[in-house]
Amino acid sequence: MDYFIELFFSGLTRGSIYALIALGYTMVYGIIGLINFAHGEIYMIGAFTALIVSTVLSIYNMPLAAILVLTVLASAIWAGAYGFTVEKLAYKPLRKAPRLSPLISAIGMSIFLQNYVLLAQTPDFLPFPPLIPEFAFMEPVSGVIGSSELVILTMTTSLMLLLTLFIKFTRLGKAMRATAQDRTMARLVGINVNMIISATFIIGSGLAAIGGLLIASHIGQINFFIGFIAGIKAFTAAVLGGIGSVPGAVLGSFILGLTESFATGYVSSDYEDVFAFSLLVLILIFRPAGLLGKSSAEKV
Amino acid sequence: MTMLELRKVSTYYGNIRVLHDLSFEVEAGEIITLIGANGAGKSTTLMSISGIVPPRRGTILFKNVPIHAMPPEKIVALGLCQVPEGRHIFPGLTVRENLDMGCFLRRDRKLIREDRDYIYSLFPILGKRQHQPGGNLSGGEQQMLAISRALMARPELLLLDEPSMGLAPLVTRQIFEIIGRINRENNTTILLVEQNANLALKIANRGYVLENGRIVLHDRAPALLRNEEVQKAYLGI
Repeated sequence: MDYFIELFFSGLTRGSIYALIALGYTMVYGIIGLINFAHGEIYMIGAFTALIVSTVLSIYNMPLAAILVLTVLASAIWAGAYGFTVEKLAYKPLRKAPRLSPLISAIGMSIFLQNYVLLAQTPDFLPFPPLIPEFAFMEPVSGVIGSSELVILTMTTSLMLLLTLFIKFTRLGKAMRATAQDRTMARLVGINVNMIISATFIIGSGLAAIGGLLIASHIGQINFFIGFIAGIKAFTAAVLGGIGSVPGAVLGSFILGLTESFATGYVSSDYEDVFAFSLLVLILIFRPAGLLGKSSAEKV
Repeated sequence: MTMLELRKVSTYYGNIRVLHDLSFEVEAGEIITLIGANGAGKSTTLMSISGIVPPRRGTILFKNVPIHAMPPEKIVALGLCQVPEGRHIFPGLTVRENLDMGCFLRRDRKLIREDRDYIYSLFPILGKRQHQPGGNLSGGEQQMLAISRALMARPELLLLDEPSMGLAPLVTRQIFEIIGRINRENNTTILLVEQNANLALKIANRGYVLENGRIVLHDRAPALLRNEEVQKAYLGI
């Protein structure tokens, strides 16, 4: 039973990291109908930024909690700036082009960012310092859930809650939903759609960066290529839940994370991806729009 | 005072020219109607004025300010709103949120609340359904919501595109009654595009007839109603 619970929590942890990335995919898709393939790279850049910031901060002998908070803020803001710039450089000029063009531009951006970090940093794996302390009160349950898993779960849950409240109740959040539902009408009521698109990229990138630094601290190492597989998995989760839907992305991520975790634990870690993608195929056969997606995605 | 003036406006979709040197003006307080067949360029005219499809040549003046090169949100901020064809309710937003979007650019919370109450008094059904998603409303209710959403911006000039489309005659009459009331009570100038020329000309002060992107006729509304060509082509008499 302990083993089951342990796998369950490790699945939830994985799922919450996927969710932090998947939210960016799904929000961007909801607003401009683009799969931002460079999103995984933003996650990777978030992890690298965190490595640099936390290393510098640790020189000053700060308490670990302060380092964690400052690192989260710094890498979210820095990655947000990357997301903003990527949109302005690679997607905005192609806003009126055929749908395939921004997609290719996104893949190009992804390759560019990977290689940029490869050259600017290193092709090797770098050790990542643990940013989350081992809590004494977690000692009795450390067999099933670790301190860093607990922090990851609390942090992602509160971020998702904040995001939901933001989208539901703030002026900007409502304008985002309006823009996603009917862009022309959004412009006719006076919403600056370019500003909404930028805000979406910044928020999505910030969330991905936080996911990147949390998992890097959990696993203990990073390299320039981590964004690729994490990006593909989170994208899968977003499609699974119904791309364009925010709750769908979260649901899909948790389902994917749990599936992987149980498959690894009870079958073999070699088959982790097989289970993940079989699940995707199965769900898409029975619900082509994803679990919470709307079937009529194409607007007339 | 001239509220809106178009001078030799030409608009294109790609290489296809839709509007040919269109010129007309709307005086403050008037109800003006544009009538014409399908594809005559009525909706394109409104989209050009609102800045969604900016004209390639020509001048558009709103309260003597040139707006033909402005982005749509700046034009809305000046007090020009459009209710587009097909209503374009935000389907996933509640009725209340749709109204909130209408006053997206306003910050005066207290006046916004008053305006919302005014809207609910004009259309009590919207008040009753304020927490339902806009997509669940009937066609007539959606049209009421679309007009209300535009009113929430307190426009000086309201562009209405086919408000009667797809509505039952009774509902259409109700909507037109409200349009007249908005014009009288708030002194809102109205530019109305309608397929139902008969109804539009009865409520309007003046009318312009549009054919293939050109103004072919312009007169006071009662005169247009009596005009034989108009009767044959648009009134089905």
